[in-house]
Amino acid sequence: MRGQLHNVEVRVPASLSDALALLAREPGVWTPLAGGTDLMVVHNAGHLKATRFLDLSRFEELRGIREEAGALTFGALSTFTDLRDSVAVHRHFPNLVKSARATGALAIQNRGTLGGNIANASPAADTPPSLLAYGAEVELLSVRGSRRVAYDRFHLGYKVMDLAPDELVAAIHVPLPTGRGFHYFRKVGTRQAQAISKVCLAAWARIEGGVVADLRIGLGSVAPAPIRARHAEAALLGQALAALPIEAAREALLADISPIDDIRATARYRSVVTRNVLGHMLRELANL
Amino acid sequence: MAEPITLSLTVNGESRTLSVHPFARLLDLLREDLRLMGTKEGCGEGECGACSVLVNGQVVNSCLVPAVQVQGAEVVTVEGLAQGESLSSLQAAFLTYNGAQCGFCTPGMLVAATDLLRRCPTPDDGAIRDGLAGNLCRCTGYSKILDAVHAAAGEGEAAR
Repeated sequence: MRGQLHNVEVRVPASLSDALALLAREPGVWTPLAGGTDLMVVHNAGHLKATRFLDLSRFEELRGIREEAGALTFGALSTFTDLRDSVAVHRHFPNLVKSARATGALAIQNRGTLGGNIANASPAADTPPSLLAYGAEVELLSVRGSRRVAYDRFHLGYKVMDLAPDELVAAIHVPLPTGRGFHYFRKVGTRQAQAISKVCLAAWARIEGGVVADLRIGLGSVAPAPIRARHAEAALLGQALAALPIEAAREALLADISPIDDIRATARYRSVVTRNVLGHMLRELANL
Repeated sequence: MAEPITLSLTVNGESRTLSVHPFARLLDLLREDLRLMGTKEGCGEGECGACSVLVNGQVVNSCLVPAVQVQGAEVVTVEGLAQGESLSSLQAAFLTYNGAQCGFCTPGMLVAATDLLRRCPTPDDGAIRDGLAGNLCRCTGYSKILDAVHAAAGEGEAAR
């Protein structure tokens, strides 16, 4: 299958500031292109509405994973392979390594980017649940300057983001967890590689004195966008590991999710399996 | 219509210059402009791995790479794995161990396995499965492919 090329235009700006200037001059006209692993699929199928692309792939300033000020900063062009290969990511954010490994397979992981995974805004993407669990912030850049948005407030609906037409996702900042941590990631797909999630759950908890002192649960494929499971989190915060209210949390999760029937799973399947994965995670947490 | 771009890249060690649409797929440049037909199109959506090639030493799905992103790149296709008439040890092992059935996935398998053995010269089963996870064989002859990769990695040692 091949997309039509006759009306497609591509710009390769000489610098990031040229790219931002173009976006400011013609907001909403140019679609940023990074690794192409989502965009080219839709284009090849002939379903892509966008015809004007802005190639960002050569901007070195959008690459790299750096530790700074108590956080790991990921350039938006960090690939899934970069995540898999980073010692710091393995040490601090094992869920992100698992997310990266769970995305497509190697050829996709070599090209697909963290920024693209966010800005493509698929509810089924596999890094967003981990980014939600780790309390990430997204750094957005435009000619007007840069601003940061808490990632759990970035997705506003299906493919709707707190992202102005002249802005680019430039970096992702993830605070380094402190204290005694618990990390959990589980993707449910038809097979281990090259599968799109039916359900994806990532969690991080900080344990203090046998009690859940802090907890974030990120979910994929069960709502119009990646979401926090705030009701389930509330049911568990402050609870002792020895007496986790697993059933109450599973019940509370129903208020967090709004799954649908689609080609990958039914809403009912997603609802049951998300609760089961939460139960599995909580039994692991209880045995910590 | 975008103006064609002048694309300069290295393919299998040879410098090539082409006039192409900036959004043309690397897969089509290889097959149609350069007539390198070894690289196959299976799904056209990054699921099957039949179009796997190396770009700057990394395995990619050439159906998902637009021309503008390979300006100046070094590309290796299945045609670039042999040295003249002499097959790579991996290609020879695919022959010996019957690693190819219909053959459609084979170029992609060879490219992905070449990349794997460069990164990880003595992979265990898990590493091979991970390295080839993006390459589907619809004849489902996977165990022969695993045997061939083990043998190429072993090269004189026991394959497992």
